[in-house]
Formats: sequence, structure tokens, C-alpha cells
Amino acid sequence: MKILKPAVAGTLESSDVQVTVEPGNGKIELELSSSVMNQYGRQIKEKVLETLDRLEVNDARVTVVDKGALDCTIAARVECAVFRSCDASAKNLPWGGVIR
Amino acid sequence: MKNAVGRDIPDYLLVNGKEVYQGKNYMDGKYVQKAGPKTRRYEQPQESKIVASLADALRQCGAKSGMTFSFHHHLRDGDFVVNMVMKAAIEELGLEDLTIAATSLGSAHDPIADYIEQGKVIGIQTSGIRGRMGEVVSAGKLKTPAIIRSHGGRPRAIEAGEVHIDIAFVAAPTSDCVGNCRGIGGKSNCGSMGYAMTDAKYADHVVVVTDCLVDFPNMPASVEAIDVDAVVVVDSIGNPKKIASAAARISQNPRDLKMAEDVARVVAATPYFKDGFSFQTGVGGPSLAANLFIEKMMDEKNIKMGWAIGGICGPMVELLKKGKVGKVIDVQDFDLDAVNSINQTPNHFEMSASQYANPANKGAFVNKLDFVVLAALEIDTDFNVNVLTGSDGVLRGAPGGHPDTAAGSKCCIIVTPLVRGRMATVCEHVVTVTTPGDCVDVLVTDYGIAVNPLRQDLIKCLDEAGVPHVTIEELKEKAYSLVGRPDDLEWEDQVVAVLEARDGTILDVVKKIKPYTL
Repeated sequence: MKILKPAVAGTLESSDVQVTVEPGNGKIELELSSSVMNQYGRQIKEKVLETLDRLEVNDARVTVVDKGALDCTIAARVECAVFRSCDASAKNLPWGGVIR
Repeated sequence: MKNAVGRDIPDYLLVNGKEVYQGKNYMDGKYVQKAGPKTRRYEQPQESKIVASLADALRQCGAKSGMTFSFHHHLRDGDFVVNMVMKAAIEELGLEDLTIAATSLGSAHDPIADYIEQGKVIGIQTSGIRGRMGEVVSAGKLKTPAIIRSHGGRPRAIEAGEVHIDIAFVAAPTSDCVGNCRGIGGKSNCGSMGYAMTDAKYADHVVVVTDCLVDFPNMPASVEAIDVDAVVVVDSIGNPKKIASAAARISQNPRDLKMAEDVARVVAATPYFKDGFSFQTGVGGPSLAANLFIEKMMDEKNIKMGWAIGGICGPMVELLKKGKVGKVIDVQDFDLDAVNSINQTPNHFEMSASQYANPANKGAFVNKLDFVVLAALEIDTDFNVNVLTGSDGVLRGAPGGHPDTAAGSKCCIIVTPLVRGRMATVCEHVVTVTTPGDCVDVLVTDYGIAVNPLRQDLIKCLDEAGVPHVTIEELKEKAYSLVGRPDDLEWEDQVVAVLEARDGTILDVVKKIKPYTL
């Protein structure tokens, strides 16, 4: 998917994660901060990149502010931000397709 | 050298007779030579000990660079006194190389972080360390490793001369002109002043700081004029709103209540739950809520609690007033109900930190405890508990009376949710061991109960009472299946804090955390 405009999903509440995607400069640029960075930082990065890859996003600036979200929440917030950035989040979401 | 909880203690710390932790009651029967302070004689009758300012009091007590100043934490996060005193010492008198020996420190003391960074404060000895001070110490900016002690370990260390207090500062809600202090009757009331008592007896000099001068004699005094050199009257010793909360409310969170009920079921299943039993609980959500369910079970069994100790709050005072507990003995108060009750409600008494929890005296209250219910940041599969360092390895907590009550009591129950956000509370290895696993008996979580295998007797009790339990390994696996297995923290070599066991041996060290790279 191609990121068309900036979009945000998620909150800064405890156990949530706020994901912002913006049009990129030809590659994925990830900025990550987390309240559980020292124990889960690498796992969060991997989950974000894996989700972007599944959505075939390869050109985006992605900012992740994590407040201790579980992997399922991280994936969901990334998916939501990406679909919002393409104005594709209102209907016909590919449940069971790229969204698992 | 590895200690009894498997922690590697650097050899260079094992000097001057310092040993690594060897297990519960290792020091039993040994003798201690107590250290006496060098105090000034005031033979000539004094009309008053009031001096004009903190700077004057410091000068009168011969304050100089390199000294150790002590403080107590009854004003909690409302305290102004630590910052005021350190400012006068450093900015007015120009002192440096100072050590702060406090019963606890909190985020109210953030300004001290600047003095650490400037190298003016070179030592910290405390139970609690949080906020910016925790961050700068964790970053290795304090010249000497901080020493973290429990509430019982501190008076032990003072009495043994391991901490020599040059000047003790007593934050007094009321004082008379010669320094008889009480925790009530003023505008910044804290109730019990138990943690200040040992300091006042063992310091070379004692300065009382108050914002409410009352007529002589201020009786019954928590800290007595016979130990006091000077009295300083200031506008305010603290923010009353942060000293004592309105009233500790019992949690309505269903998860807390479920855990609290399970705590009560464990308590009721043991042989210690009989008329006259003794009890201490923390003030965290599920620990405090346990009071409610235990009261219910006391009613059902038609028994009463003999006595309760600890940091005290409203719900325990309620039980006292209802006649359901015989005596409440109090080292610190957490809410206004408790503050207003101490020495007022019959059978609500004050005690010193030593009387409460010191393992080296001849009979602290904790040694007579049947039950203690405590919280934890983390607990590992050996039942070791961490209440000091966060999941990022930064100092942000306090052992407090945790290790003392756990060691002294017949049944120590830890109550904590299995996970907090993405943090697994039940884990393979805690970041820092603050209470050794050989003192912890039962773990209650929202996903099940586990009993320390050292306590086969308690396992039998729970089985007979039909209280289900699992192994702590099962709870850990459950936690990891929810949040994922955490990476191990990565450390530098520099030790930033030494965690002393209550008996004075070294239980663990906290090292400087390595910058994390993705």
C-alpha cells in the first residue's frame, strides 16, 4: 500500500500504542519510543516492520509511541494508521486478507 | 562472590567485614557493639533553643563539608524540609561532599538531583529513591554507590555505627521552644514520627524544623527535647495535601477485589487465623482491600484481631474503633483518619522504626507477626521480590518494611496482578532482589495462587481448605504467554546502588544501565 497522507491510530493511554504514518522518502523510517523499551524494544520494532511488510508498505515515515501495548494491539494500530492514510479505513477492510 | 539468592556481588564491596547474603537469620545470636553519638552538654538552663534560620542552626551544630545529614519521610511527597536544609547547607554555607541518610526519599526531592550532578551531594543512604534522584543515581552520577536499606535495616546500621549521623533534621508538625516534637496539633500533621526516633537518639546533633510552635511542654513527645540542639521555625514544613491523603479508599476494581478475596481465603486456611492473630497490610489496592474480606471472615469465625502494625490508614483505624482489633501500633500514617487517631483513639500507639522492624534488637514487632500482605513490582520463580527497580533498571521504589515483615512474619503473602501493561510481574529473574525468596510464602495473582515449596505445611493447609493453587512456574509461563518473553536488561560494570539485606549483608547491587539500541 502507498501512504498518501499523514494518519494516526491509537492513544497514549497505558497499554496502548500511538502509531503515526506519513509519506516517506523511498524507504521505511521508523522512530520508536516505549515505556518498556529495555525489555521489549526489539520485539516491538520487529512487530511494526512485519506488519508494514504484510501490508506491502515500503515507503513511509513511521512514528511509534508505545505505552506497553501487547503485540496484537501494535499490529492493529499499525494496520489502522496505514488504512487511514490511504482513506481506506471506512469500509471494505480486508478482514482475513492482509488484516489478520 | 555469589550470595544465597544467586546474585554476584563484586569482591571490592566485601571489605570491612561486609559479607554477602547467606540466608534468613544468619546473624542470629551474634553480638553488636552499639555506637554512641558525641553530644554537646547544655548545663546552663536555656530559655529557648529557637534560632533564626536553618543556616544558623547548621553553624551552631558545626556543620562542615563531608558530613552526613539525616532525614525522615513522614511528610512523604509533601516534604519541604530535605530541600530546605540542603539548600541552606550548600548554597548559604557553601558545604560540599555531603551525604544524605534519609529513611526514604521521593519525587518531592527532585531538586537534590541537581546537587548530585554538581558533586555537592556524594552519598545517598535511603529506603526509597524515586523521580529525578533515581534517574541521576541510575545514570551513575552519584560519586559513591547509593546504599538502600529496609526500614529495619536502617536503625540496625545506625546502632551498629555503620551510618554515623552528624546532624539529624526532624520535620516536626509541632514543637515547643526546646524541641519536644509531636506529629499532630499543627498545620502539616503526619501522625506517627516513628522513623525519626532512632535518628534523634544516635545523631551527634539534632535540629528540629517546625511550622507550628506550641507552648512548652509539647507532650507526649515523639522526639524529646533532651536530644535536641536547636529549633528552627519556618513558614511551612510541607504540603499537607501530599502528606496525608483524605482517606485511603478501598479499591472497587474487580480484579483487585478478586485478589483481595483470595488473600483472605489463604489467611483463613492457615492455623494462624485464630482469635488474637496479628496482621499487617500495605496500602496498595488489593492489599488494602484484603482488610474488607478478612473482616468478613473474622465475623464468620467470631474471632478478633489481636493487634496490627505498620504504616496505618483509615480502614485499620475503623477496625480498631469497631473493637475488631485490640491494638494498633504505628510507625507511619498514610491518611488523615490515621493521623487524627494516633495517641487519641485508645489503643492506637506510636512505635520507632527499630521497635517496628530492626533485626538486631531483642524483639521487634515484625517478629511477632502472623500475617503480612504485601505488593511487588516483580516476583521470580524463586519467590524473590523486587520493589526497587523498574523494568528499565532505573531506581524508582523502596524496600520499606517489605523485607522486615516478610522475614519476621509466619505467613508472608504477596499480592499482585500477573501482568501490568506489558510487564510480567511473575518472571524468571527479578531485576533486583529486595526481599529474598526464603522469606516469602504465598503469591496471590489474578490468574492463580502459588505457594513457596519451602512451605509444605501451608500447601497442606490450602489443600485441606479447598483453596486451589498452582506452581509459580505455571504463573510465569502464563504471564509470558500474554506479554511475550522480555529481553534481559543490559548493564555496564559500574555499581550505582548497593542493596543491603536487613541484617547488613549484601543482597544485590544495581548497576548502571547500558543505553539500549534497537
